[in-house]
Amino acid sequence: MTTNPAASFKQVNHSVTKIDAKQLALGKNSYVGDFAPPDALIVKMLWSPHPHARIKSIDVSKAEKMPGVKAVLWHGNVPRNIHCTAGQGYPEPSPYDTFIFDTKVRYVGDRVAAVAAETPEQADAALAKIKVDYELLTPVFTLDEAMADGAPVIHDEPEACIPIPIPYEPKINLVAKVGCEAGDFEQGMKDADFTFDDTYETPYAQHCPIEPYTSLAHIDPSGRIVITTSTQVPFHCRRIVAQALGIPVQKIRVIKPRIGGGFGSKQEILLEDIVALVALRTGRPAFWQFTREENFRTGRTRHPIRVRLRTGVKKDGTITAIGMDCWNNTGAYGGHGLTVVSCCGSKVLPLYRCDNIHFDGKVYYTNLPVGGAYRGFGATQAFFAMESTIDKMAEAIGMDPLEFRRKNHIQTGEGSPVFAALGEGKEGTPMTVGSCALGECIEKGAAAIGWQNRTDWREKTGRFRRGIGCACLMQGSSIPHIDMGGASIKINEDGSFNLLVGATDLGTGSDTVLAQIAAEELCTTTDKMIVYSSDTDMTPFDVGAYASSTTYLSGEAARKAAADAKRQILKTGAEMLDLPVEDVHCEDAHVLNADGSKKVSYGDIACYALYAKNQYQIIGTGSHFTEKSPPPFAAHYAEIEVDTWTGLIKILKYVSTIDCGTAVNPALC
Amino acid sequence: MKKNPQTVTFTINGENKTFITEPDEKLLALLRREGYKGAKFGCGQGTCGSCTVLMDGRAVYSCLLYAMQAEGREIRTIESIGSHDKPSEFQQELIDGGAVQCGYCIPGMIMSATALMENETHFDDETVREYMDGNLCRCTGYEKIWAALRRVLDRQEAAAKTK
Repeated sequence: MTTNPAASFKQVNHSVTKIDAKQLALGKNSYVGDFAPPDALIVKMLWSPHPHARIKSIDVSKAEKMPGVKAVLWHGNVPRNIHCTAGQGYPEPSPYDTFIFDTKVRYVGDRVAAVAAETPEQADAALAKIKVDYELLTPVFTLDEAMADGAPVIHDEPEACIPIPIPYEPKINLVAKVGCEAGDFEQGMKDADFTFDDTYETPYAQHCPIEPYTSLAHIDPSGRIVITTSTQVPFHCRRIVAQALGIPVQKIRVIKPRIGGGFGSKQEILLEDIVALVALRTGRPAFWQFTREENFRTGRTRHPIRVRLRTGVKKDGTITAIGMDCWNNTGAYGGHGLTVVSCCGSKVLPLYRCDNIHFDGKVYYTNLPVGGAYRGFGATQAFFAMESTIDKMAEAIGMDPLEFRRKNHIQTGEGSPVFAALGEGKEGTPMTVGSCALGECIEKGAAAIGWQNRTDWREKTGRFRRGIGCACLMQGSSIPHIDMGGASIKINEDGSFNLLVGATDLGTGSDTVLAQIAAEELCTTTDKMIVYSSDTDMTPFDVGAYASSTTYLSGEAARKAAADAKRQILKTGAEMLDLPVEDVHCEDAHVLNADGSKKVSYGDIACYALYAKNQYQIIGTGSHFTEKSPPPFAAHYAEIEVDTWTGLIKILKYVSTIDCGTAVNPALC
Repeated sequence: MKKNPQTVTFTINGENKTFITEPDEKLLALLRREGYKGAKFGCGQGTCGSCTVLMDGRAVYSCLLYAMQAEGREIRTIESIGSHDKPSEFQQELIDGGAVQCGYCIPGMIMSATALMENETHFDDETVREYMDGNLCRCTGYEKIWAALRRVLDRQEAAAKTK
């Protein structure tokens, strides 16, 4: 029997109060909108009313003369630097296909011109005075239209390119393609007793965080641009704004205060370039907050994906072949197009054992709203298809769907050829699953939802019918050899610590979780941690809050930083106690010898190091990237009632059982 | 051309104040402009509840009301409830229960709960849902917020019975 390492933890795996909970519950100024100064100019955008059109001319002269107007921005008076809005690693696995403003609009809700005025009403009035002459182009509204021979070319700008060596053919609206093969798919289909060929389509969805996209910029006294923004990716934001504006990263500081939810939508740079430009042009603070309508229409969405699954199963329940073909509609711009479709394969195909696998993913532009990151990131779309087909297979061979899943799902110690084959714009990383409690999730979830009632309901007739469904899922934690997080930690006179992390808490509690991890390593308590995160001038780098990475990746960076500080604390503590460093250890915020007869507190150690002798700042740093992307597993159950006359579905009960590994803070799970 | 200044006078968190406003200014915009920033802009359409304040003891969407409609009324915002040293009972339960994730909806939730606790004496689930269903949360799935509120209400009901 292995012992649970979490058993000896005093901070980690304990429910610690979320460190920002009180300020938020008291309604204290915390979010971007709360920091807009009274003299901030209000930004409003004129959005394209057309799905596909060329701007023949724009006349902004009347708008510029409207009361209160301080700046009007359009393609004629801003830098033209190609970039992508997706906040990802660098160089991005997404095409450069976006300008601050372009001479072409590609969806209803694309940027045309921005106005900055003293009040929102004045900005709106000025927008109404902008005259735009459009040449309407044939729009592309479906995947089939996008793929058709001679389809209208959505990105015909000569600058469009992909910064990494992967296929990108804008002339046929192709954003990306990716694929992998394992075993012999065709033979696997031949070996099956039952085969299936089903196509599934998933729709658009918007994350709808309660706080809409919000950004604020001002010029500091030294002339640098300070952007306070509701973002999941402050460091990518700084880099992308620098690229779009054609100015050095050094000129820009990005601060993320508390943010009102993101769920992936704020892994995108949609407002920051504009507020930065307005602040630069006017010298005034500039504030822009999307309306709810803008959030839905211009904000990023979950990519709608068509998934064709060809599968084979034997009577004994062995899955002989899985072939997955995905067509991803990325909308008017290609951000996250490749990586989302890659995750359709890389997160879904390894869940069930199968020797013969075919995967092909293609991504196409359309003149529809733009896809982006959204919790689940491709896995959600493909799991809808996979889990629907898994039920069909179980039904065909007369096996209970839960039994069929238990028999086939990946187990601890097992790998999958898919892990090595599919990465993010490059090959993946081979790995085996270090721990998997999916079997337990399936069992506990079934008990909680009342799975046994299912059989009776299937006999029922009449207008309202009930049913219970199950779906199993897996994800991954961070992107190996791509994602990176940094942390630093320094001690204060009273034994408190400043923990500085690049990691981005978007309401998830990551500031608290990272503080717990650092406190655990330092043998102190979480309430001794003063956490400051996500400020590009002040904190170490971190890629940001995405790819389910923060706890696993940035947590290890925080632990390493704490370990570094601990070494210094031990050294100074030993010096104060006049003992060799090998003879002392840390316990309850003290350095002490083995029997505890000689001890000194962290506060005294800090004072000694700062004021007394051989002075220095006890400060630790740590960085981390991962070798693996350990998957969490889940079994979800829904009990629903369907009105067979109207199609209305009521969700009566929902159970989700998740194997997240060791819960760092159970109260926040 | 100078406009004639228009004013609105109401009680805000116990203080009688007069503010300059425009006929089309929303109450939420006025409150935030005047420093009462605990009420949040979420949808501007009266659907999410993050702007909830109390008007004469009733929970209202301040994003839908015009500032002028507050004339002579009593407005209360989250700034009147709890402090760092002494959070309200519901605030403390939310904090302890891990119910504050991104926190954007929380001030509105607290104002609706305040209306509930001040206007009702029996807190059956149906009544509680009626009061709270105007406040949306996208992070928690409501369970922890509900459980935190239920703990407060159950205690209040128990205390009332022993009186």
